[in-house]
Formats: sequence, structure tokens, C-alpha cells
Amino acid sequence: MVYIVGLLAAVLLVLTLVVLNRMSVFTKGFASSQGADTPGMANKINAALLPIVFLLGSIAGVWSFIEAAPKFLPSPSSEHGVHTDTMFWWFMAIVTTAFFLTSVLLFVFAFKYQYDPKRRATFYPVNHRLELAWTVIPAIVMAIMVFMGWRVWRDITSEAPADAYVIEVTGKQFNWIARYPGVDNNKLGSYNYKLIDATNEVGIDLTDENSFDDVISNTLYIPKGVPVLLKIRARDVLHSVFLPHLRVKMDAVPGMPTKFWFKATKTTDEMKAETNDPKFEYRLNCTEICGQGHFSMKMNVVVLEEEEFQAWLKTQKSFLATNATYLDRVPARLKAKAMKYTESGSEEAPAEGEAPSDSTASASAATASLR
Amino acid sequence: MATAALTHDAHDAHEHEHEHHEQNFIQKYVFSEDHKMIAKQYLITGIIWAFIGGLLSILFRLQLGFPDMKLDGLRWLLGEWINPEGKLESEFYLALVTMHGTIMVFFVLTAGLSGTFSNFLIPLQIGARDMASGFLNMLSYWFFLVASMIMLCSLFISTGPAAGGWVIYPPLSAIPTASNGSGMGMSLWLVAMALFIVSQLMGGLNYVTTIINLRTRGLSFSKLPLTIWSFFLTAVLGILSFPVLLSAALLLIFDRNFGTSFYISEIYIGGEALPQQGGSAILFQHLFWFLGHPEVYIVLLPALGITSEVIATNARKPIFGYRAMIGSMLGITLLAFIVWAHHMFVTGMNPFLGSVFMFLTLIIAVPSAVKGFNYITTLWRGNIVFTPAMLFSIGLVSLFIAGGVTGIILGNAALDIQLHDTYFVVAHFHLVMGSASFFGLMAGVYHWFPKMYGRMMNNTLGYIHFWLSFIGVFCVFFPMHYIGIAGFPRRYYSFSTYDMTNSFADLNQFISVAAIVTFAAQGLFAWNFFYSIFRGKKSVQNPWRSTTLEWTTPVVVGHGNWEGPIPAVYRWPYDFSKPGSVEDFIPQTVPFSATPESNLPEETEQIALEKTIEELHPYQKEVSAKSGGH
Repeated sequence: MVYIVGLLAAVLLVLTLVVLNRMSVFTKGFASSQGADTPGMANKINAALLPIVFLLGSIAGVWSFIEAAPKFLPSPSSEHGVHTDTMFWWFMAIVTTAFFLTSVLLFVFAFKYQYDPKRRATFYPVNHRLELAWTVIPAIVMAIMVFMGWRVWRDITSEAPADAYVIEVTGKQFNWIARYPGVDNNKLGSYNYKLIDATNEVGIDLTDENSFDDVISNTLYIPKGVPVLLKIRARDVLHSVFLPHLRVKMDAVPGMPTKFWFKATKTTDEMKAETNDPKFEYRLNCTEICGQGHFSMKMNVVVLEEEEFQAWLKTQKSFLATNATYLDRVPARLKAKAMKYTESGSEEAPAEGEAPSDSTASASAATASLR
Repeated sequence: MATAALTHDAHDAHEHEHEHHEQNFIQKYVFSEDHKMIAKQYLITGIIWAFIGGLLSILFRLQLGFPDMKLDGLRWLLGEWINPEGKLESEFYLALVTMHGTIMVFFVLTAGLSGTFSNFLIPLQIGARDMASGFLNMLSYWFFLVASMIMLCSLFISTGPAAGGWVIYPPLSAIPTASNGSGMGMSLWLVAMALFIVSQLMGGLNYVTTIINLRTRGLSFSKLPLTIWSFFLTAVLGILSFPVLLSAALLLIFDRNFGTSFYISEIYIGGEALPQQGGSAILFQHLFWFLGHPEVYIVLLPALGITSEVIATNARKPIFGYRAMIGSMLGITLLAFIVWAHHMFVTGMNPFLGSVFMFLTLIIAVPSAVKGFNYITTLWRGNIVFTPAMLFSIGLVSLFIAGGVTGIILGNAALDIQLHDTYFVVAHFHLVMGSASFFGLMAGVYHWFPKMYGRMMNNTLGYIHFWLSFIGVFCVFFPMHYIGIAGFPRRYYSFSTYDMTNSFADLNQFISVAAIVTFAAQGLFAWNFFYSIFRGKKSVQNPWRSTTLEWTTPVVVGHGNWEGPIPAVYRWPYDFSKPGSVEDFIPQTVPFSATPESNLPEETEQIALEKTIEELHPYQKEVSAKSGGH
């Protein structure tokens, strides 16, 4: 279809060229001894083309919108996303109306008041009442818009609820790493960038007992229906967490942890049904230029029912259990506690992020999504 | 003291001319101190840069529109940046978008637009023989040219030019190991920009000084053409904001070369943890956008000023709401400094700050809207002559509206969460800032070409150029809104990981084709421009029947601008189609005492003041060297 538009545009352009070329004959006829030509046929053609091009452009605009709309993102999968999307489309309607009204005036005036040797322009330098009107009216409309926007912004950026589930996301050139606080409590262990190495990719500080049950994953699992607080970090340069379907975006800044909390409302399976696409997957993309691999810096995201999520988390081995050598880093007084997390599975250590194959039904759904 | 010095300067220039009647080639065309020649130097350099910047965008549009295309044919130009599979290197893609942005924003729309027209029009429209300091003016151009050359060189080094986006956010730009472009390319970028800023400051100080001190007798600020108002405020914006970018760049140079940590903190890269701690990457963004946002108005205000002039002249009507136009430009200038952080809503900045900047940002939409309405009302009941300049001005208003309305969406922090760094932003600023300013530049070139070269450009080619550009620009940038609403991030080399179904592949193809056509159409302009310099139809003194002072100079303007004394100014610049007047325009130099038939009551009162105007600044009545009776 786009080819048709392209073709139409090309035809239009050729026509314009032909007409304008013809026109040069007329303008030459009008050429006087003066530097500028007296407005003649060229003036009429240009005057007519302005509203014509606007009209055709508007038709093309509306048609292309209808054509593109199905490819827009599906309806939001988060609570705040519903608010921002609704507001977006309402505000788009308002500004599109303003655009059309002013454009119609612009192009119609240009056509209607084209040069006419019999007429003279109206000397009309000022009208304070008119100016006041079109200063105050946009100001009021904009004030209302900004106030509505501010309320939504305030809610989105408010402090996360105390019971929000905490997940840490770390960006590095060119992939993402998720860390979960584990099963025992909702507390992530502390970290230090100087502890980062090839295995301990996010610099988990094992002198903090909260870190013993921390789980690392290359896929981001998110429970549905509970507030989730993303704690966002970057290791090397700026990155940006963008979850398009969840309407979430927040930069990842080295040396300055950022955060974003939201509540997911649709699981991956529900989205598969809604979009009628069995291959549908949530994803996290990087939206801050970060170097050569920026465009491919993506993480798979799976939204699960809360029970499924808990079940999945239970199947996960903590970082310490997967990498038992890091027990050396644990201070002596906490060794006993740390051992509890390693005893269960120090022999067969599956690759991080993968669920064991003999997991429960819900967890296997998760594994399937993981591939 | 300043006035004394300037009087002396003007006198000096006068003396100087008595000594050298003939300037040699170097003095006249190369190291010229004449504002008109410097303006032309800026313009032609700007045009060359525009073609380079445009070409870079065509290269990355090829990648985006035709991701499978084999580009082996470009290897002669791009060398190893075309990989063995015949595709553009992903890192070079980033270098292309970075350099496209840098070149277009700074070298084309800042230097090419305000450098050209501030230099050309300020002395001519305020009635001055030249800039306050011709030497500083010359230096300003040569600093710009050196900056240009360094930036150009960076395109050809083996590690490639800077590749961190035109905003060069650290730590990416601060750590050479993070990206090839952050090595030598980034160093050259910083050096070039530092020189560029010096050039802009010298230019800006000159513009402000000239406008304040060298106006002809009778030309009060309330009688200045809107072009001069816009150049004045643009220069003020530049003087106050460019130094901040310079400091940001200096701190970045320290971080890069001397191990400081202004912007760097807690970084683990290339297998080692860097020692720097305590810096803030966000600090750079604050400093950058403290320039970066005023920069938007630095490129836009001159375009709006030019448009005001062109629309009033060609609608044969006074600009509607002259004082409101000045007021809104003043408002924009002031507000431009306090909205910068709307570029940073999702950087992790305190959300309260986000709220404040959202309110401030939406305020700036009001003066912008007023300007739009005033342009439309100026057309109402006009008698419009569609010169190419007029068409480009109307195009500017259309682009300004089309791109401006989405600013209301993006200035809303809550909506910006989803739209930030997507193609929606790309569509927005290319329409409202890039294309609108570009159209203003074109309007200015078509309108003042006769004054620059004493010849006319070809109208028919001008019309074709306008229509191809106008339709082309909308075809390129309008569809980008859709891609942005679908969430596609900007600065992506390929969308294979964002969107496996490749749903907008054909739309991207369409955009690329439209971009190539639009770019090719600029060839018509270049041909028309350079051909007309030498072969264009000879112009008359006042081809557009305009009111401002520059049209009272000889057709081919010599050194010193006016052969006789500098004319005095008695009225505002927009006396078009005044009731009672025979002609449909009254130049600013015509006193009210000469037009009793058309004077408004308050203007009749001003006749008494005309004598005092005549007696001001006696040195202006001195005759320029050209006609000095030698």
C-alpha cells in the first residue's frame, strides 16, 4: 500500500514539475524591466497549490494513520500505562484539532488573499482583544493539560508501596542482567562495582547476608498484579530500560541507581491470546545510545501470574549456590548462614537463569517462554 | 565610553578607506572585514555543510530503509566502514547520526543561518556602515572555518568520528574503550566545538554591540525590523548559553585526559573497575541542555524573524501584532533558559524537578502559539505575492505548527516516559526545529539574494525547489510519528531486535525514498544559487518593494553600504498598504511630514520630533569613501 502512496506522490511531483515548467513561459511573458516579475500566472498556481497540497496531504495523513494504527503497540500491560495511553490519545486529538484548524486558516487565507491588482491589502496592524483571546485560551487549555499530566506523573513517580517486589536490572555493553532478592526476604544484598568480575557480573557484596539468596537471571521475570520496583543500574555507560508494552522507561546511570515502579496487568500468555500471536514476547530494549551494539541490547521479559512467579523463583538457585567458590568471600561469622543456601545443590550447578527441567507445570511454562 | 569608542571605530574605518581605494583579492574575498562578504562566506560554508550533513543522513536512511542492500559500491567513499558483507558497520551508523546532528544543528542552522543573516542584515537594516568590530567579525568566521575543518577531518580518521549522538553524553563519550568513536574522533569533536563556541561568542558580542550602539538616527528599538529583534535575542541566547557548553566540554576533556571524575563514577569496563568515584553523568546532561535547549531557539528565532519580514512584505500588510511578536520573542528567550530539563524527564532526575520543568515547558508554548496566530492573521486580507521566499515562509509556519503541537505532548513528563528517545521525538524536532529553521534559511536566501549579489534567482526553479522540499519534508518526518507511537527507539542501526515482524519496513523504505528525493531537490537550489550569482537577471534597487533600510542602498552594495550619508529612520518598518498612501509601501526613511495623506493621528504629532532626529549623530552624515569625490 505504501508503494501506492509513493507512486501517487511521485505522480503529483511530476505534475507539479510539468505545471511549474509551463508556468515559466507565462512568467517570462510578464518579465518587465524591473528585477521582480509582476505576479502573474505563477502566483495563481502557487496560491492554488497550497490548499490542494494541504488537502491531499491531509487525506494521505488520515489514510496512513488508519494503515499504521494496527501496528501500534497493543493496549498497555501496566496500570499506569492505561492512564498515560488514554491521556496521550486525548491530547493527540486536541493538538491534531488545533493543527487542522490553524492549517486550514493558513492555507485558505494564502489562497483567498492571493495577489489581485484590483485590490489592496487591509492595513490591520493590531487588535489587542484578539491577541488577548488567543494568548489566554491556549494558556488555559495548556494549563489544564499540564495539570492533568502532572497528576499522572506524580502518581507514577510516587514512592513505591512498601510491599513492592524488588528486582534489580543492570545494564552493560551490550546486555541486561536481572537480580532477584530470593525467596527468604524481599531484600537485595548490597553491591560494589569493585567486586565485579566475569562471574559476579553485578558486583554482589557477599559480606552482606541479604545477598546469600540473591538470584541472577538473564531473562526478566515479572509477577502480575503486584507492585514491582525496578532498581536500575549501569556498569559502564548510560543505558535505558524501556519496556514498551508496560510503558516503562528509565535511564540506567553508572554511579547513580535509578528506579521505576509499576504493576503489570497481563501475563505473557494473556498477551499471546490478546494479540493472537503465539510468538508474542515481552521485551526490554535499551533506549540510550551506548555504543556499537546499542540496537541489539535486548532482554526477554516474561510476565507470570504471581503464584507461577513464586514457583519459578523457588526453582532458581541463588548466585552463591551456583558459584560455591564465592563462599570464600563470606565473612566467618556468616559462614554458617551462607552454607544453608549452598548445601542443597552445590554438585549440579545449572547455568544461571535456567530452570531445572523437572519443575512444576507453571515453571515449565516459564521455561518454555525462556526457550 | 562605549559610544565614544565606536564613534572612533567608525571614524577609523572611514579613514582607512581613504587610504586604500582598491582592496586586493585577499582583502576583499578571503580575510575580509566587510560584514557582507563575511555573511556570504558563512552562507556558502553553511550550504556546503548542509550538503555534507544531508549526505550523511542519506547514508543512514539507506541502512534504515533498505537494510539488506549491498553497499559495496560505496566502498570507495567509506572504505572499511562497509563491512565484508557489503553492509554499513553498526558503529559507523552511530557516527553518521552523530555527525549529521552536530553538523546540521551547529554548522548549518547556527552558523549558516544566524551567521549569514545577522552579519548581512544587521548593519544594512539598522543603518550602519559595518559591524562594531570588523576584525572580530572576521575572526569569528575564521574560527568557525577552523572548527569546520577539524570536524571534517574527524570524518576521515581510522577510528571514525564521534559516535555518541550529537549530545555526546558521558560516560560513553568520556571513556575511549567504550566505543571507537570515543577516541580520537571525540577529541576532535571537542576541539572543533570549543573553537566553534569561541566563534559564536565573538559573533554574538558583535551583533549585540552593533545593534545597541550603531543604529542610525531615529531608529529606536520600537522601530527595529523583527529580523533585527530576532538576531539580537538570538545573540543574547548564544552569549549566555554557549559558555556553559564550553565548560561542559572542558570538564569532559578533563575526565577524558586527566583522570578527573566530574561525570564518571563507579564504572567497570573492559575487565577493570575505574578508580573514579563521585562524579555525576547527569551533571553533564544539565550543562549540555542548558545550552542545548536555548540552542533550539538560537536556530529557530532568526528563521522566525526572517519569516516575519518576508510575510509582511509579500502579504503587503503590516505584520500583525508587532509588539506581541517582540513580546513573544522576549518571552521565548527568557523561558528558553528554564526549560532545559524537559530533555531529562527519565534520566533519574528527581521527579519533583520533572514537575517543575513540565510546567515551565508548557508556558513556552504560549508565546510560540501567539507567533503562529500572528503570522496567520498577517495573511488575512493581504494581497499576497508568492515569491519563493514567501512560499518558504508559509512552509515554515506550517512546519512550525505541525512540529510544535507534538511539543505539547512531549513536554508532558507523564507522556514523555513512553515517547522519550523514540522516533516520535525525531519527528517532532525535525519538523519544528530542523525543517522550520531550514525553511527560514531558504526564505532568507531567496529574499535577500538580490541584495547580496545584485542579481535575481530564478523563480521557477525556486518554486520547484519549494514544492519538492515542502512535500518531501512532510513525507520524511510525518510518518516517523507512527513509528514513534509504535515505540521504535531512535539511533537504532537495525530494528531486528525491537520488532521481529519488521512491521514498518515498507514505511521506512518510503521515508528513505522521500529523503533521497528531498535531498536531490536541494541540488536545484545549489544550481540556481551559484548560477544566479554570475548569470542571474540584474536586480533593481528594491525588487520586493520593501520598507526597510537595506533596500535604500545601491543595487550592488559597496564597502560602507551607503554612498551618501546614512539615511535617518522615521517610522516603523511595516507601513504596507497604508490607507491614503498612493504606493502600497512607505519606506522607513520617509518622514511623516512627507506623507500627511496617510498619517495616523499619533504620527502627525511625531512630525515635530523629526528635527531632533535629523540632528542626532552628525558623523553618520559623513559621506562614504566610495562617493567621497575622489
